[in-house]
Amino acid sequence: MPYRPTIGMEVHAQLLTRSKMFCGCSADYWAAPPNSQVCPVDLGLPGALPVINARAVEATVLTGLALNCEIASVTRFDRKNYPYPDLPKGYQISQYELPLCRNGWLEIEVDGERRRIRIRRVHLEEDTAKLTHVEGCSLLDFNRAGVPLMEIVSEPDMHSVDEVREYVTQLRSVLRYLGVNSGDMEKGAMRFEVNVSVAREGERGTKVEIKNLNSFRAVTRSLEYEIARQTRILERGGHVEQVTMGWDEDRELTFEQRSKEEAPDYRYFPDPDLPPLTLDPAWVDGLRARLPELPRAKAERYQREYGLSAYDAGVLTAERAVAEFFEAAVAAAPAGVDAKMISNWLTGELFRLMRARERSIEQVPITPRDLVALLEMVAAGRLTGASGKEVLEEMFVTGRPPAEVVAARGLAQISDEAALRPVVEKVLEENPGPLAELLAGKEPVLRFLMGQVMRATRGQANPQLAQRLLQEAAERRRRAS
Amino acid sequence: MELTSLTILEAGRLLRRGEVSAVELTESVLDRIVAVDNQVRAFLTLTPELALEQARAADERLTAARRSGEGDLPALLGIPMAVKDVLCTEGVPTTCGSRILEGFLPPYDATVVARLEQAGYVLLGKTNTDEFAMGSSTENSAYFPTRNPWDLSRVPGGSSGGSAAAVAAHEALGALGTDTGGSVRQPAALCGVVGLKPTYGRVSRYGLVAFASSLDQVGTLTRDVADSALLLSIIAGHDAQDSTCVDLPVPNYLEALSPEIAGLRIGVPEEYFGPGMDPGVEATVREALGQLEALGARLERVSLPHTSYALPVYYLIAPAEASSNLARYDGVKYGHAAPGADELWELYKRTRGEGFGAEVKRRIMLGTYALSAGYYDAFYLKAQKVRTLIRQDFDRAFEKVDVLAAPTSPTVAFPIGARVEDPLQMYLSDIYTLSLNLAGLCGISVPCGFADGLPVGLQILGRAFDEATILRVAYAYEQSTPWHTCHPSLSVGQGADPAGC
Amino acid sequence: MPLTRQEVEHIAELAKLALSQEEIERFQEQLSAILDYAAVLQRLDTEAIPPTAQVIELKNVMRADEVSPSLPVEDVLGNAPSRRDSYFCVPPVIEVAP
Repeated sequence: MPYRPTIGMEVHAQLLTRSKMFCGCSADYWAAPPNSQVCPVDLGLPGALPVINARAVEATVLTGLALNCEIASVTRFDRKNYPYPDLPKGYQISQYELPLCRNGWLEIEVDGERRRIRIRRVHLEEDTAKLTHVEGCSLLDFNRAGVPLMEIVSEPDMHSVDEVREYVTQLRSVLRYLGVNSGDMEKGAMRFEVNVSVAREGERGTKVEIKNLNSFRAVTRSLEYEIARQTRILERGGHVEQVTMGWDEDRELTFEQRSKEEAPDYRYFPDPDLPPLTLDPAWVDGLRARLPELPRAKAERYQREYGLSAYDAGVLTAERAVAEFFEAAVAAAPAGVDAKMISNWLTGELFRLMRARERSIEQVPITPRDLVALLEMVAAGRLTGASGKEVLEEMFVTGRPPAEVVAARGLAQISDEAALRPVVEKVLEENPGPLAELLAGKEPVLRFLMGQVMRATRGQANPQLAQRLLQEAAERRRRAS
Repeated sequence: MELTSLTILEAGRLLRRGEVSAVELTESVLDRIVAVDNQVRAFLTLTPELALEQARAADERLTAARRSGEGDLPALLGIPMAVKDVLCTEGVPTTCGSRILEGFLPPYDATVVARLEQAGYVLLGKTNTDEFAMGSSTENSAYFPTRNPWDLSRVPGGSSGGSAAAVAAHEALGALGTDTGGSVRQPAALCGVVGLKPTYGRVSRYGLVAFASSLDQVGTLTRDVADSALLLSIIAGHDAQDSTCVDLPVPNYLEALSPEIAGLRIGVPEEYFGPGMDPGVEATVREALGQLEALGARLERVSLPHTSYALPVYYLIAPAEASSNLARYDGVKYGHAAPGADELWELYKRTRGEGFGAEVKRRIMLGTYALSAGYYDAFYLKAQKVRTLIRQDFDRAFEKVDVLAAPTSPTVAFPIGARVEDPLQMYLSDIYTLSLNLAGLCGISVPCGFADGLPVGLQILGRAFDEATILRVAYAYEQSTPWHTCHPSLSVGQGADPAGC
Repeated sequence: MPLTRQEVEHIAELAKLALSQEEIERFQEQLSAILDYAAVLQRLDTEAIPPTAQVIELKNVMRADEVSPSLPVEDVLGNAPSRRDSYFCVPPVIEVAP
């Protein structure tokens, strides 16, 4: 029987609040000069006291609801005692016995198979200061200290790296939908710890933790490395030590940080500075009512209502802003423009432009209404597909409405028979050779003649109409001869 | 009458009438400090320049108000006071009596300090304390012990010994202290002044350097009960920066004072008259109880059956919280840093090893142990459960009576050095005061006479947020006895000069 | 139950306290005495008694998510024993290298 991994995750996600967890300093620390967003509380000055940020509690409960958790009726904060310079008070205010949320799940889908990954708990704590190691010393900046941090702990329910990738992708998407986290991993807004054991099915392996993973790539690469390492040990008949590992980003290997014997003793106890919270069920229900439709539910609805493929539905729902754009476009679409067409243009042409110019959907100046106005011209044959793409690109750059772009560029498609017939006649007259071949029954030459019509009309000819007129003109000549 | 022996209210009246200026008053107190503090050693830091500057500003206001006829002046305008050195004062050294905070200049004021400032007080300086308020004699100060003004060879009690001695020795008209297990009431008793410990949550702890967060409370040390009532009205009340500070209206405690206590039910807890008590103290306190009865109060025997467990409960909970509260002193952000430490853990361990004194280390060790894996349930959690039983004792007693009356301390002031080698013996000094902190209630110690020539304190314990009633009882007692008018001799081995009253 | 020397050393390590040999011996003795004294609590049956972590019955004390001014950087660093530019400076941890 083959070895298989069992994987659990701890995800730390910074909350998008204005102020910090326990004081009024700005939580938007990324671009701030060092130690410029610090006060007695987050610096851990003697005598300073914490006060709970209500919005951080709300954001955590909202997350718990989105992850199908039970929300605590009574919850409190505890002190997690461990000395380190990035922890200004020598303890972190966290939650131990009574977390805000517990016993939930997040559904993932890998290779067409749906699975629920159980969520053990979601709790609220404070972020640490930033330590930067330079020659001979470590530099401490307390701007990040005290930023609200949510910890989402899964059960060890995952058994492949693909499942883990899907879990973190889904989770990030949910947090961004809720507006509680930026998902910006380059800025450390989400950080990961995994625990992994490898064993034959039905057997228990030894749990190894890997800490300080700052990207999806670090999560998957370190897991691949660690699964291979443990499997190799087991295959040789060895046994895996229960250790805590770090991940060496540059060399792409795990290294031992701490053995089981060195496990810290955090001496948790209720923080006497903070009275407990009791969450009113009516308040929780109010939050539940405010939950947006979440990405997986949305994707399923898109498939059901619009007949989109699972892939397209997934792409459209991964980001809330894209889904909202799509839905606004569908709502504004006139007859002839369907959801499928909008999806194709959105995930095809618009996404290509966004990737090429490194823009997010929020930065695109095209309104959903303008997009469907453009698609209507294409659907009605007033614009060729090729011209449509050209117009979309200019709309992407300038934000001008499609009708304006079409008029300015003279791109309106020629669908008027009276206008197109003389062009067709002229092309046939100027190309006696190909015409002869066509009359001789060599159909492929029609494509050449179509090209000539397009060239003569600078691509504006309605292709179906041009083709019909060419065939009719040829037919007339055949009968005449 | 000496300006330095005035109460806050008396001085306030003279200032308002223009009979004395704030500068004159402040200068006399500063002169008194210069004259006697080399013996008493109540102050760790003096701020004479700041004090005179504040006094001049007060005088300007007082003069302007007299000219314009404005009557509504801040209550402490021009009153020279002292502040215990565990309360943060912006730009003024705050050491907590510890080497580890030597030179620390807080960039902010404690809420109570800000409120005194708003009320117009004059800051004379910061008073001595047992290191981080851990002690009952002020001998645990890392700098020097303070001496009892009634007998300079004895301790003033602690940990607010500097504040109590300063008020007793007329080096300040009033002072702030802090009380975690008796640290305001016990030194008040030993120095013959009034010490008030408000209900937990009545006064903001923001800026009070934490010792044991669930027990700490800011209190006042004054020459009489009316001054305590006045100060409490100023420092009490909601503070959005302290989540444990309640949002209840603050009564005008001064106006609520009355010498009328006829019919009031006063409980006398039998467990507070146990073995280990000085016979002289017991006799003095029993006499005081008789006086309360003479004033028309009804005395009733009550029982607080878990009293004997309060000491072990306290010495598990307080050190546990302290071990966490004191983790921040690591040589990184402020205070002492071990010189030459070139590795992180060396910096931590040496900074803390050098910076903390014996008692603080002992309590950090004890608290760390009580919280550590495998011992939490047996020690910390157990202590928290017994704490519930102690609270229930008080709840039951207060169903029957309005206040409790008991000795503040089992003994009078003891000689310097007598208990330093025996921590348990020292801890017994607080045996009658620390239950109140465990229950979070309010209490006041008021002078009730002398034993062996040394002051004895009568403790009145009250329901949560019922400071008005304990102040009333203390006031009624005080006004019917001469003790608050007694002045210390500032000599060695003499004790009280009864003629001083 | 007297504390062993190893226990005292372990607690000192947890508390990050450098203790002299003499201090370790003294604490071993004094902490044992205090803990013996505290053992009296074990006599009480507290099975059904809820613990008291806080004495006042406050709950849901929170603040609105609003930004208030921070300290000037010079005040933040004003007490720093060691600084480099606008950073606090701490010696490195000697850890097992990868």
